[in-house]
Amino acid sequence: MGRYTDNPQAVAALVRGREVHRDVYIDPEIHRLEMKHLFANAWVFVGHDSQTPNKGDYFTTQIGDQPVIMVRHSDNEIKVLYNRCPHKGTKIAIDRTGNTGKFFRCPYHAWSFKTDGCLLAIPLKKGYDGTGLEEAEGSKGMKAVGAVHNHRGFVFARLADEGISFEEFFGDSLSSLDNMVDRSPAGRLEVAGPPLRYMHQCNWKMLVENQTDTCHPMVAHESSAGTAVQIWKEMGYTEDDPKPPAMEIIAPFMSAYEFFEDMGIRTWPNGHGHTGVHHSIHSKYSEIPGYLDALTETYGAEKAEAILTENRHNTVYFPNIMIKGPIQQLRVFIPLAADKTLVESYIYRLVDAPDELLARTAMYNRMINAPTSIVGHDDLEMYERAQEGLHSDGLEWVNVQRLYEEDEDFDEERVENGTTERQMRNQFNAWVKFMTASMQGKEAAE
Amino acid sequence: MSITRDDLIDFVYDEARMLDEGRFDEWLELWLEDGHYWMPLDWKQEDPLHVTSLMYEDMFMLRLRVQRLTGARTFSQKPKSRCHHVLNRPFVDEMDHEAGRFVTNTNMHYVETRLDDQFLLALTAVHELRLVEGHLRIANKRVDLLNCDAAFGNIQLLP
Repeated sequence: MGRYTDNPQAVAALVRGREVHRDVYIDPEIHRLEMKHLFANAWVFVGHDSQTPNKGDYFTTQIGDQPVIMVRHSDNEIKVLYNRCPHKGTKIAIDRTGNTGKFFRCPYHAWSFKTDGCLLAIPLKKGYDGTGLEEAEGSKGMKAVGAVHNHRGFVFARLADEGISFEEFFGDSLSSLDNMVDRSPAGRLEVAGPPLRYMHQCNWKMLVENQTDTCHPMVAHESSAGTAVQIWKEMGYTEDDPKPPAMEIIAPFMSAYEFFEDMGIRTWPNGHGHTGVHHSIHSKYSEIPGYLDALTETYGAEKAEAILTENRHNTVYFPNIMIKGPIQQLRVFIPLAADKTLVESYIYRLVDAPDELLARTAMYNRMINAPTSIVGHDDLEMYERAQEGLHSDGLEWVNVQRLYEEDEDFDEERVENGTTERQMRNQFNAWVKFMTASMQGKEAAE
Repeated sequence: MSITRDDLIDFVYDEARMLDEGRFDEWLELWLEDGHYWMPLDWKQEDPLHVTSLMYEDMFMLRLRVQRLTGARTFSQKPKSRCHHVLNRPFVDEMDHEAGRFVTNTNMHYVETRLDDQFLLALTAVHELRLVEGHLRIANKRVDLLNCDAAFGNIQLLP
């Protein structure tokens, strides 16, 4: 036990309005407490139900540091189970995806479980007669997580048995997910291929904060986006010439500060928020023939236009995902250690929309977020330099006070100047809330 | 001019040497204007367009990639990365003299280093070459990483 375990006052003191203490990024004890409290109390993204379209289909992932299996049960519902045999602890599934049929069977001693986790059979079960097996923890089968919610295909789970409801946790922030799904004429998304997997030697929160950091693109990405714009000019084109898809994607990264100030940032309670309230780097993509017609047929002209006019840039769902509605991308920032984060970047197909949209989305994913991406290289370099720099004892606090206001109330939805760091402060406000909610001594702290 | 197996094999070795010696502008000259450098994300991936790839780059993107490497504000290349290819002898899979089209398949080990970090990738490179005005040029190149589905840190140069 260190300084922060069961010490909610000490945890809360790491966040003080304009600044946060470096321990939130570099301290292994804080990381362990995040896994135990924050990732148990919050609703965390698990997967998309199109990854498990048929009964018995499963997908393995983790919630915080907890290995879980997302599986489609015989009643067609999605279940989320801890990936651990109740007998000896063996992981039941190792494949990233697969189909288990009607039951899971542990490869060690063949204990088997229905796809909702219930114990089905134990070989040579008479060996347990009279031993009180029914009282053993293991006799209940594979343990399910505390709660699961499927919102239009997106599956979230709360590890804790008790806690905040899905509706209260996300509130009006679901409008971003809804816009992404509404962009399909069928109102449905399907995952397109496996995700990019990009390893970062830095804390997961740096990545989440960067999603609404609108003062870095024109600086950190000058080498990639700036060079692209320069080559474009050297080829004799001007800003107003029609651009090939790659230029449409990368050029807006070099937009001026005013562009980002004017785009606006919205924050919602519980740490959620998004950039691009009024416009975004995705606003000026060229039209794909046939798409508007397909949307209009489903929704009517007015609603179809309203769906496409919403061009939210990055929406952060606290604690650890970001979605881009206009291009159907979702990125998960999976914490592996205080200084290690796995980033998985998924793309989705808009069912019944032209394939050109998916081609643009796939291009965006590889151009911007691959380990081979010249834009990704710019970002990772900054995160890893920060992770190392924070160990310097010269200063202990990290500054998040751009456009700070006294007495900020994060329980109200707000729209602010697009370069505010309010969303970062909003995340840290939620961080303290869900870190300390289940800590012993919490009552004493209040 | 008739292309021999040795010409094809020499070409593949020479290309790797250009990358290892950082002669990227010369390397770009090897390419035909409508060529693509493809590095799939999935094992035996067939579609470069509608699922994610690690790379699927046309000449615009390859020029951008090369020019970025030398930029004054390319912070992830301060200091610069270095790379090293070790090649098996290429298989010559197709030799169509009439069409001037040739395909090689080459297993390689690729090492990239920067500061204290160094990593190794095993890969298979498939070159589709064309004979144009007496010179072999790259029409397309596909690089399949043996561990394409693993999580990587930065891969900054060209495997």
